[in-house]
Amino acid sequence: MTEEIIIAGFGGQGVLSMGKILAYSGIMQDKEVSWMPSYGPEMRGGTANVTVILSDDRISSPYLKVYDTAIILNQQSMDKFEETVKHGGILIYDPNGISHHPTRKDIKIYQIKGTKLATEMGNKKIFNMVVLGAFLKIKPIVKHENIIKGLKKSLSERYHHLIPLNIEAITMGMNSVTPINNEQYV
Amino acid sequence: MSELRLMKGNEALAEGAIRAGADAYFGYPITPQSEVIEYLMTERPEKRTGMIVLQAESEIAAINMVYGAASTGKKVMTSSSSPGISLKLEGISYLAGAELPAVIVNVVRGGPGLGTIQPSQADYFQSVKGGGHGDYKLYVLAPASVQEMSDFVEDAFDIAFKYRAPVLILSDGLIGQMMEKVMLKDQKERLTDKEIIKRYDRWAVTGKTNRKRNIITSLDLESEKMEARVHRLMKKYEQMEKEDLRFEKIECDDAEYLFVAYGSSARISQKAVQLARMKGIKAGLLRPITLFPYPKKVLFELANQVKGILSVELNAGQMVEDVRLAVEHKVPVEHFGRTGGIIHTPEEVLEALEQKIIKNGSIRHHKARASSIL
Repeated sequence: MTEEIIIAGFGGQGVLSMGKILAYSGIMQDKEVSWMPSYGPEMRGGTANVTVILSDDRISSPYLKVYDTAIILNQQSMDKFEETVKHGGILIYDPNGISHHPTRKDIKIYQIKGTKLATEMGNKKIFNMVVLGAFLKIKPIVKHENIIKGLKKSLSERYHHLIPLNIEAITMGMNSVTPINNEQYV
Repeated sequence: MSELRLMKGNEALAEGAIRAGADAYFGYPITPQSEVIEYLMTERPEKRTGMIVLQAESEIAAINMVYGAASTGKKVMTSSSSPGISLKLEGISYLAGAELPAVIVNVVRGGPGLGTIQPSQADYFQSVKGGGHGDYKLYVLAPASVQEMSDFVEDAFDIAFKYRAPVLILSDGLIGQMMEKVMLKDQKERLTDKEIIKRYDRWAVTGKTNRKRNIITSLDLESEKMEARVHRLMKKYEQMEKEDLRFEKIECDDAEYLFVAYGSSARISQKAVQLARMKGIKAGLLRPITLFPYPKKVLFELANQVKGILSVELNAGQMVEDVRLAVEHKVPVEHFGRTGGIIHTPEEVLEALEQKIIKNGSIRHHKARASSIL
């Protein structure tokens, strides 16, 4: 099993930390992982993105052109990454702020209203965990217990009291993700 | 105790230095390697092992602090990124001349000049062809993973003390900034002053007891003595080639085409090998782990087997010269690489193999050979 993922959005949306929690969860499940951020000038006010790879084998390139899954959280990232999903791959996006919705017919497209749900839950910051939940529902590549372990490992101890809230957000995401063009898959 | 963690390459390197039992780190921040000194400052190794961490006033001060501490037989390290390494080169030449063990780390960014903060491999020439002035070489290790960023610190210290010579770890912004799983080694005890005297009293400045005084210098105004020193250095480099050459062959057994790449480009090329094989192209990868000594013989032998070689580097074509020298024009050798901080994708690398080697390589090669015969 090798899963190649791009997570892309605005700097400050928790893109990098979502990737980190996913990577740590992978480690807890004995997988090889790599996490490669796009950093530097691109990050200031623009898009932030991170490539995360989870695999049963040694990972070759941490830097990729095409992905199994793209998790897209703003319009700029949609413009850049919709075309990078492999044929038959998956695109998950938050419709908040999206003016041009994805149009590809050869991939599976899902929506998760992460911003809206997180706001309703009373904490906008857990938006990224709602989105992570949506991804894990569609691609259950790490077990629930390992996600909890991953959260514990990647959050510093002073935030450990927030773990139940994060789990709640992940569950919310799992229950709320909706297919757009492919009803038969869920 | 050994420990499994998710870390950035730069952090793994810093932790690797503490666990290797380093005595001191002197550095100055610069992107994309600042996490090294940031991590060390946060970790407070002076409390864990007694290791000293100091931010110098400049890169030049840092390398000269390394010279001073290394003179006393201590395990010392410094790190920087390309423009900072250029500043350190005078000191590195002095370390080589004075035959001092030290570890220098370059997390390369794009150049020349201030260039860019994005990854690059454009410091290959600087690293393996001397860099500073005079007849010297550095033993150069090129890590290709976060695990190796951590492991190579101890390996580098071992080599530095085996040969009493400076060792360079040549990384880049990609390996430095990415996170991967890393198994950290057990903590190695730092040597006590007594142990240092016992091991290195014949050369180090440890406080004279009942012996002739040791003088650490790179200056020798008597030409015969200076020439003898140069010969001694050359002997060390020969021994490095015999005993401490490191490389990795990936899918080379039946390869008809070969990528040669180190560090981050080796990782990208490894994926290109997989993509090539999915298309029915039998590609392999030779990854030099040491850039000096260089796996010349292995390349020479592989050239009997493959139809062409592509040197993949994040630069405008540097290592390709050494590949050409090694294969002695037996097969076409071309270069591919993006610059300016752009990272080539595995797909681009494969396309370059198809365009430059499989399609055009043999034609250009025969033309070149024909003209050289004329």
